[in-house]
Amino acid sequence: MTNGCGAPAQGGSIDVSTTETVLEGKVLSEGTPVGGAFVRLLDSTGEFTAEVVTSPEGDFRFFAAPGSWTVRALHRTGNGQADVSASGPGVHAVEIAVA
Amino acid sequence: MSRENVLVSAAWSEENLQTPGVVFAEVDEDTTAYDGGHIPGAVKIDWKNDLQDPVRRDFVDREGFEKLLSAKGISNDDTVILYGGNNNWFAAYAYWYFKLYGHQNVKLLDGGRKKWELDGRPLDKEEVTRPATSYQAQEQDLSIRAFRDEVVEAIGNKNLVDVRSPDEFSGKLLAPAHLPQEQAQRGGHIPSAVNVPWSKAANEDGTFKSDEELRELYAEAGFDGSRKTIAYCRIGERSSHTWFALRELLGHEDVKNYDGSWTEYGSLIGVPIELGSGKES
Repeated sequence: MTNGCGAPAQGGSIDVSTTETVLEGKVLSEGTPVGGAFVRLLDSTGEFTAEVVTSPEGDFRFFAAPGSWTVRALHRTGNGQADVSASGPGVHAVEIAVA
Repeated sequence: MSRENVLVSAAWSEENLQTPGVVFAEVDEDTTAYDGGHIPGAVKIDWKNDLQDPVRRDFVDREGFEKLLSAKGISNDDTVILYGGNNNWFAAYAYWYFKLYGHQNVKLLDGGRKKWELDGRPLDKEEVTRPATSYQAQEQDLSIRAFRDEVVEAIGNKNLVDVRSPDEFSGKLLAPAHLPQEQAQRGGHIPSAVNVPWSKAANEDGTFKSDEELRELYAEAGFDGSRKTIAYCRIGERSSHTWFALRELLGHEDVKNYDGSWTEYGSLIGVPIELGSGKES
């Protein structure tokens, strides 16, 4: 059966193949993880690419490609964004502060 | 078609949670969000378990749809307000599906769960049960559903609107960037398709853009209003969102959603596939 396009559970650990470029991290508000935030992955031109909702621990994860990206978080308590540059395959960490 | 007939705001919804004859339904592929807190009084529809055939790749049939709506306590006369996560993708899919089986009084909550949450509106965990009904569905309205042969025939003469992200359209990615990239089918797009990502029809908070912005968006992409249209994505839910924008908001008459979408087309033997941006350089 074909699965839908909904996002898998965020957080936890995954096995990343040698070809995958993963961007992952946490959304924080004054250092405290923010669950239920909407995190949008924007490409180098600012174009929307994907969106996930953070886990209760504030985690998010995208399967992207090498290049420059922006991750932008929306939450009822505030918004924020951060840039991340993925030089090649592997896991690239990034944190977003919302205020 | 006017916007008020097909879309309701979060503010209107909050004021009408108790209105008789109005039923709210949350639709998602992953229903843990509903279980963790839903719009008060909303019933849950599980995109995978309730709307898809458990064996074949197809929808539940007419009888199955009747059983589902009867069990959820939805009657033929109710106005159903659909909402969900993922910017209403699955809710838009369900909207299309309700129309397919002839339910006329159905609307989308503009912005879905995201807008509701960003507004800080109430959610609760109360179990929702409604008295069962005897729902009667119609035969599928195939004027809004496209199948593969029709899609192949449409190359070069209908608007084919590919609503996936540019990287999926070009063949660089096989799925949206929040999913692992492990699908087996070929990458690329249907020749002559224009790429208008579903997300361009939505604001950051998940609400639809204005009619004027939407008209401009599709015109700029080369959408020809005099031609018939087929929208597709990977499995048919993001394209339901665009189908909604083109047919229900902008009023284009002959618009079909191809629910087989890329996971079917990209696996067919011998059909033409185009790679790259599709634009002549």
